Amino acid sequence: MSVSDPQAGFAQAITRPRHRPFILRNPSVGVFLICLALFTLGVTVLSEDYGLGLISTSFVKTLGKTLCLCLVAIAMDLVWGYCGILSLGHFAFFGLGGYMIGMWLMYARTELIVAASMAEAPIPPTPAEITDAIGSQIFGVVGASDFPVVWMFADSFVLQMLLILAVPGLLALIFGWLAFRSRVTGVYLSILTQAMTLALSLYLFQNDSGLRGNNGLSGLQNLPGVQAPQSLVSIWFLWGSALALALGYLLVAWVVSGKFGSVIRGIRDDEARVRFLGYSVEGYKLFVFTLTAVIAGIAGALYYPQAGIINPAEIAPIASIYLAVWVAIGGRGRIYGAVIGAAFVSLVSTWFTGGQAPSVDLGFYRIDWVDWWLVVLGLAFVLVTLFAPKGIGGLVDLLTWRRHPDRHGADLGPDQGSLREEEAET
Amino acid sequence: MTRTRPAQSCLALALALLCLFAAPLSAQDSIQQVLQEHREVIEKSSRKTIGAAVDAIAESGLPQAQKVLEVWQNKDMWQREGDGLFFRGEEIDRDTVRLFDFDSGEDLGEFPDDDLDQLKPNSGIRAMIGAALVRFQLADPNPAKRREALDAIARDAEPSHLKALAGSIEDEPDPAIRAAKERMLRLLTISYGETDAARVEAIRSFKGDLGVDVRGALNPVLTSRIVLADAPPEGNVAREITPGGSQLTVAAAHEMMVSAGMAPNQPSRDERKSVLLENIAEGRVGGIPVAELGSEEARDRAYAALAAAGIVPAFTPGYSEEEAVQQAGFYEVYDEPSQAVTDAAQETLTSIRTTVGMNQALDLTLDALSLASIYFLAAIGLAITFGVMGVINMAHGEFIMMGAYTGYVVQQIVPDYTLSIILAIPLAFAVTFAAGVAMERLVIRWLYNRPLETLLATFGISIALQQIAKNIFGTQARPLTSPDWLDGALVINDVVGISYIRIAIFGLALIFLAIYLWIMNRTRLGLETRAVTQSARMAGSMGINPDRVNMLTFGLGSGIAGIAGVAIGLYAKVTSELGQDYIVQSFMTVVVGGVGNVWGTLAGATLIGFLQKGIEWFNPSNTLAAQTYMILFIILFIQFRPKGIVALRGRAAEA
Repeated sequence: MSVSDPQAGFAQAITRPRHRPFILRNPSVGVFLICLALFTLGVTVLSEDYGLGLISTSFVKTLGKTLCLCLVAIAMDLVWGYCGILSLGHFAFFGLGGYMIGMWLMYARTELIVAASMAEAPIPPTPAEITDAIGSQIFGVVGASDFPVVWMFADSFVLQMLLILAVPGLLALIFGWLAFRSRVTGVYLSILTQAMTLALSLYLFQNDSGLRGNNGLSGLQNLPGVQAPQSLVSIWFLWGSALALALGYLLVAWVVSGKFGSVIRGIRDDEARVRFLGYSVEGYKLFVFTLTAVIAGIAGALYYPQAGIINPAEIAPIASIYLAVWVAIGGRGRIYGAVIGAAFVSLVSTWFTGGQAPSVDLGFYRIDWVDWWLVVLGLAFVLVTLFAPKGIGGLVDLLTWRRHPDRHGADLGPDQGSLREEEAET
Repeated sequence: MTRTRPAQSCLALALALLCLFAAPLSAQDSIQQVLQEHREVIEKSSRKTIGAAVDAIAESGLPQAQKVLEVWQNKDMWQREGDGLFFRGEEIDRDTVRLFDFDSGEDLGEFPDDDLDQLKPNSGIRAMIGAALVRFQLADPNPAKRREALDAIARDAEPSHLKALAGSIEDEPDPAIRAAKERMLRLLTISYGETDAARVEAIRSFKGDLGVDVRGALNPVLTSRIVLADAPPEGNVAREITPGGSQLTVAAAHEMMVSAGMAPNQPSRDERKSVLLENIAEGRVGGIPVAELGSEEARDRAYAALAAAGIVPAFTPGYSEEEAVQQAGFYEVYDEPSQAVTDAAQETLTSIRTTVGMNQALDLTLDALSLASIYFLAAIGLAITFGVMGVINMAHGEFIMMGAYTGYVVQQIVPDYTLSIILAIPLAFAVTFAAGVAMERLVIRWLYNRPLETLLATFGISIALQQIAKNIFGTQARPLTSPDWLDGALVINDVVGISYIRIAIFGLALIFLAIYLWIMNRTRLGLETRAVTQSARMAGSMGINPDRVNMLTFGLGSGIAGIAGVAIGLYAKVTSELGQDYIVQSFMTVVVGGVGNVWGTLAGATLIGFLQKGIEWFNPSNTLAAQTYMILFIILFIQFRPKGIVALRGRAAEA
């Protein structure tokens, strides 16, 4: 459009709604993707096998795991920060994803080991003998040798990968359908999701759950049929995690940017009003809940091969609450906030609880951070909730001089029933 | 001291007189004679052969028999090497023994022990002697001895006891012991009764009896074996059995048929495989290359080839053990020959099982009641803070933990357990009340109307408090010891029993319920609390200070949690995770019961307690499963009654 013809430009602006590309409308997405790419590139260059060797393999794994935690935090942000459902069960979906991939990893690896040991036998083994040997290898620790029903697809890579999506997704769909249908909202829903998580972890703790009880699944860092050293595998997983995080970020940013995003934000702010406007609130919530559960499952499936072991303690309700803590500290209602929160809190936690942080000697008492870190985290969390409800992401607003829209009578926070502006002034 | 004491001489005289009367009745008139008859086995002192000697002494009918057995059991019997006679001996010093004659009791004087052998029966033999002595002890003048004798029979009954017991009942002066003896007689009659009629009568008399001993006596009557036969065999047949159940698996049935020669012995998969391994020749088995043996079908062919060559026993690939066992009949036959006796035993056992089942249900009810009162205790503080005020306090569990640790600290200072508990209860209330008020002032009051943020902030406090407790008290469990008068259990019968601590917790729950109702409905604070909860502004305009009321109410709820902590600490181990174990259940209790109503909390606790115990009954070994299913049930329950059991109606529900 030329400056000399303002009339034409004006008409064009009226007749054709401006369709700028998605990435231009959401500059933060581009910034994030560039940062993530630079980070991945940097770690690769500094890693042991591909570059200078300044970063140890175990730290590469920690970084890769952190990316997975960022991914599940994005899911949590979508369901809580944008849709207002404080789910205390998303780490259970995360863990389920881990269990699903763990089953295939364990099965396939044990199959290779068993086949190798049986190759020496004078008579080649029958398929039934191989299965029996794998079974007794895997379930020996819980005193069983038969494969439980839940392992029926473990021998098929494709089916088991589908289960990573299907199991958390189905569980979320059923649970969400039950909960949203009967209009359980707010804290009741939170407590209900926490109960679901508790039930799941208690169930997995049993030896006859078919998933090796409190032993969990182990040896997951060894990819079946891959001879490469861990220093290489860890980089591959870092790439995979980074890719998944980038795709997850794009997906969530796209979901919340359109009309759908407006509706779920509307549900967060006033569920009843959105319902009266004719939207199927339950359908939207169910979709968001299930979608985020699937994302959490994928994140878990990438996380646990890097962690090497999964057991039911990972699914305990406390883990899901930590997830909420990350998102709150990072700043909910903004996707990069969730990423910042998860990365910051989990890395700082690793640093403090890993024993690297220097102890503080007060003369009469020595503060060991291994012991006192949780106290600091807990109190920091209270302070963030009280004084900085926007979290670390709020700093971005300050830096970019972003002002709040003057929304008279609007909620001050993203919670249903949060204090209204006019009430706050009284 | 050679002079005989008057009492001893009197006894000797009495014994001698008794001997005069007993002598004609018995074949032998002297116990020494009996001893000499069995001299060899006594000298050999082997557990396998000694029985005859012990029995002979016990059944000699001589009054000295008891004395001899006791002396023998106490290792006081000596034998003279010269003539082989047995005596009672008392060691005077290392080398000298004073001997007494068994029959007359006469003091024979002191002898050097060079010529004497002390008989030292081993513990097995002493037990046999003890069993033989029982019949004498049953008539002992000392009631404690008679009870001991009954206990000995209960431990290790013998057919001979039956007669001895029957004989001793007549002269039993103590009614309680007499009843015990009669019961024992009936028990013995079950196993050793002479006629079937007597045994049946004894068995029937125990209908509905809860004693473990009765079941212990009845079960051996019903032992059975499984017989393979075409027609019902001779003997007391219980029933015909179809193989396939837990009583007789198909494999076991087939095994029986094979050993009876009624079915071909089919080599199992593993046996066939080892046969194949043994017959590998030039890389082939039965003409099939080894490399091709990776399937069952190929292995069957190879085996068939070997069998056809006559090297190995035949094997039919499609052979079905199920079909084979259908051809034969299997019968369960009682070891007990009399059908009347087994029928009666079966009938009595059924009736006992019914009674036991009813009592177990009662026991389960008591268990569930006590679990419900624990949940109620843990949840009642929450019923105030969450139920009435609507504040989600995730640190409620940590208040319970603080109460328990307060109790522990008090016990470290005050060693008297009763006093320390009495001190700990108000102190725990004070500590957690203060903590609750502080938390309300510092955190919660800024977050009213923002429940999700309250949840997260109080959760932050919860992890901080938990970690602080861990830093102070360590990770290991600390004991909170209950006073002596709370130890032990109220045992109603062999099945039903409940520990005093559980009764105390139940009582405490009732007291708390009363206190809650009184405060909420009868005091100024309760009135103001209800007013502030319904409308803080309206209450404020009526002259109530909502800040103060909120603070006090929250403190009250927290303080009650502290007292609950003392009670729970008595029952469970005190750790920093104590509260965490109860927090989800407590919220469940309040939510299931219905928010804002203490009767709802009571109903919720009862429902959850009974549910958990009920599920545990079906699967007693697995409390984890019980908790899992309970939570699933609650999730489903909330679908159908989202507002809980006792739902508030009308305007109160909006508050």
